[in-house]
Amino acid sequence: MTALLEVDGLIKRFGGLVAVRDISFSIGPGEILGLIGPNGSGKSTVMKCIMGIERPTAGAVKLDGVNVAGWPTHRIARQGVGIVFQHARPLHRQTILEHIQLALLPDNLLMLRTNRQVIRDAEEIAARVGLSRVMHRLPGTLPFADLRRLELAKAIARNPKVVLVDEPFAGLTAAEVADFSELIASFRAEGHAVLLVDHNVKGVAALVDRVLAMYLGEQVAEGTAEAVMRNETVRRVYLGGKIETAARPEREGKGHTPLLDVRSLNVLYGKAVALEDVSIHVGEGEFVSVVGLNGAGKTTLFNAISGLVPFSGAVNWRGESLAGRTPGAIARGGIVQCPETRELFGDMSVRENLDLGGQHLTVDEAGRQLDWLFGLFPILKARQGQAARTLSGGEQQMLAIARALMMRPKLLILDEPTLGLAPVILEQLSKAMERLRQTTDITVLLGEQNVTFALPHADRVYVLEHSRIGWEGDPGRFAEEAGAGYL
Amino acid sequence: MMQRYRTALIVLPVLVILALLPLGVGGYILGLLTLGYYYAVFSMSWDLLFGFAGEVNFGPSFLIGVGAYAAALLNHYWEWPIPLCLAVGAVAAVLAGVALAVPALRLTGPYFGLVTLVAVLLLQNVLVLFAGVTGGEIGLDLPDVLSIDANTNYYYALVFMVISGGILFGLSRSPVGLILQASGQDAIEASALGFNVAKHKLTAFCISAFFSGLSGAMLVFYLGTASVGTVVDIAVGVNVIIAAVLGGRRTIIGAAVGAVFLIGAGEILRPLGQLSTFVVAAVALVVILFFPGGFMGRLLHAEGRE
Repeated sequence: MTALLEVDGLIKRFGGLVAVRDISFSIGPGEILGLIGPNGSGKSTVMKCIMGIERPTAGAVKLDGVNVAGWPTHRIARQGVGIVFQHARPLHRQTILEHIQLALLPDNLLMLRTNRQVIRDAEEIAARVGLSRVMHRLPGTLPFADLRRLELAKAIARNPKVVLVDEPFAGLTAAEVADFSELIASFRAEGHAVLLVDHNVKGVAALVDRVLAMYLGEQVAEGTAEAVMRNETVRRVYLGGKIETAARPEREGKGHTPLLDVRSLNVLYGKAVALEDVSIHVGEGEFVSVVGLNGAGKTTLFNAISGLVPFSGAVNWRGESLAGRTPGAIARGGIVQCPETRELFGDMSVRENLDLGGQHLTVDEAGRQLDWLFGLFPILKARQGQAARTLSGGEQQMLAIARALMMRPKLLILDEPTLGLAPVILEQLSKAMERLRQTTDITVLLGEQNVTFALPHADRVYVLEHSRIGWEGDPGRFAEEAGAGYL
Repeated sequence: MMQRYRTALIVLPVLVILALLPLGVGGYILGLLTLGYYYAVFSMSWDLLFGFAGEVNFGPSFLIGVGAYAAALLNHYWEWPIPLCLAVGAVAAVLAGVALAVPALRLTGPYFGLVTLVAVLLLQNVLVLFAGVTGGEIGLDLPDVLSIDANTNYYYALVFMVISGGILFGLSRSPVGLILQASGQDAIEASALGFNVAKHKLTAFCISAFFSGLSGAMLVFYLGTASVGTVVDIAVGVNVIIAAVLGGRRTIIGAAVGAVFLIGAGEILRPLGQLSTFVVAAVALVVILFFPGGFMGRLLHAEGRE
């Protein structure tokens, strides 16, 4: 049996960063392969290289024996690769049926009339994915799940040999997940090769024939879903090795108002549910970690607290509601967020970035704060005059944290500080976290998908799963109680 | 389908009234409308590129100017017959458009728009620099005109607008228009569906250039003179853009309505002097800020509103 899709020695470099390092796999007709890995592992880049959205640096992508590596996307599509994007932007003024027709059209400049046959085919596909009832409606009037169905319908319309599906179940309810699984399984029944890209094995385990796990651009395991879940390296990547925890007794006294109290928070992005009934609290001086895979809703939670996204529910800060306050007012009130994207001023020097953080301090205070930060992150002292853009990823992260600390926050929110960092940098960052925790009374709310980093410092842990809080408790109990669901 | 019937229900009666206008109104108004109709073609061509292909062409007057001056020069120096001049003008606009678009469409984001803007300035400078040949700021007078009769000129312009509009509108509603719109909205997704986005955008640019150039050439033969101020100046391009946005993006027909409105409003407000430009600009600003769908946006796409 020859493979429909064969990826051989795929390498993709972005400047100095190697995003994909020698990845090889093949998918036969009627087979579903799950490509999993945490955020930043390079799995999406692999998918983009197959589709031609990114041009591979080296290696082959063979489609039914034809090497298409480096071809433009539209030629690869015509050669027989279809993709189901996670986020689609449908046309506003065309009906669902017209969207499906679009996918059925040949790439021809002389198509001036719509063929009857095309309309009939489109109607058939709409029926197959369950869109018959709404096929004459406009996308704007449909729920999120139907828009995902539309994306599937478009892939079906192209009748590709190989189907790539990006995060098939993100943002869907359990019932919808079942529906979608069935539709994806029907690709297999028809002899297509299917590649599912997702964050963890659990999500796709029921559907896939094989799983390939990636971490930091490299392949770490391949095999059945069970085998990959048992794999030592995979367990270490997702759960961390030996987890050392050092929780302190909860500091808030009984009956005291917690510093931050979030109650029944709901956030919608358009029609997709980003957070559902989330309640967390953070006591004064506490170090609380929110762990969850990418897309679970961590950033949304932090943005809601910082007043950056609209929400329903209550966010109370020292007993007072934050509703209606501007992000600026909330930050001045003591909640400082250090975002996932770091948001450094790239062309300014390290020192200028820090001085900006300390704008509201007197010269003396700023000087003392700066000295203390240079003690915490000695490397920044050495790099003072360098432009922030030229720092390494780890140094940039330290600068981002230091700049946030310059504002002398009461509550520091750290969103994914470890994203894309090498293990050795993680260790340095981890040490700084520990010093911060031991030597100051600062309150920290940390969002992480890297459990190894999130657990050791935490007093308490929340697990955020599919937009909801799935578990809350002591970091020591995490591995046995919540670890399995995390793989 | 419903939408198509409704569009016809709105457009046909209006066209009948426009066709009967010369029976009732004077030469002054007809002259104004004639000018408006040529502008309407400029705006409709621009809308095909912006509304459907998603590319903002800040220099529609580059295409208009190339068409107009190619036709004017041939007629002025070699006295080619008008139909031949018109044909060469349109072809010249397409060629100039391709020469501009092939490198420019490689750029993303605002850079395409900037290139088109610079192209207008270049053309304007060339025309002024070679004033000996082109007539420079004063302009180039033409030995031939379309007609000296206001009614005949009016019908030339009306028929030309209806045919161009019909073609552009039909194209926008065809499968090709659908592919173009998908390419404009999300180029990656369109190419993942197997469409050569560059090819479709380039074609749209050529079609836009063809009608812009042809209309520019018609306009100079109506006016009897080609000058930088009427067919090349940045202000001409700005008016074309404002007209299209005012009338309603992605409607084609709206662009025509906007253009006629703009020409009409400019004339009615002429007694205000410099203030008239201000008033027209203010109206445009209000429409763009508060009714981004434009005049026709709501009318043609009522069920399209969310």
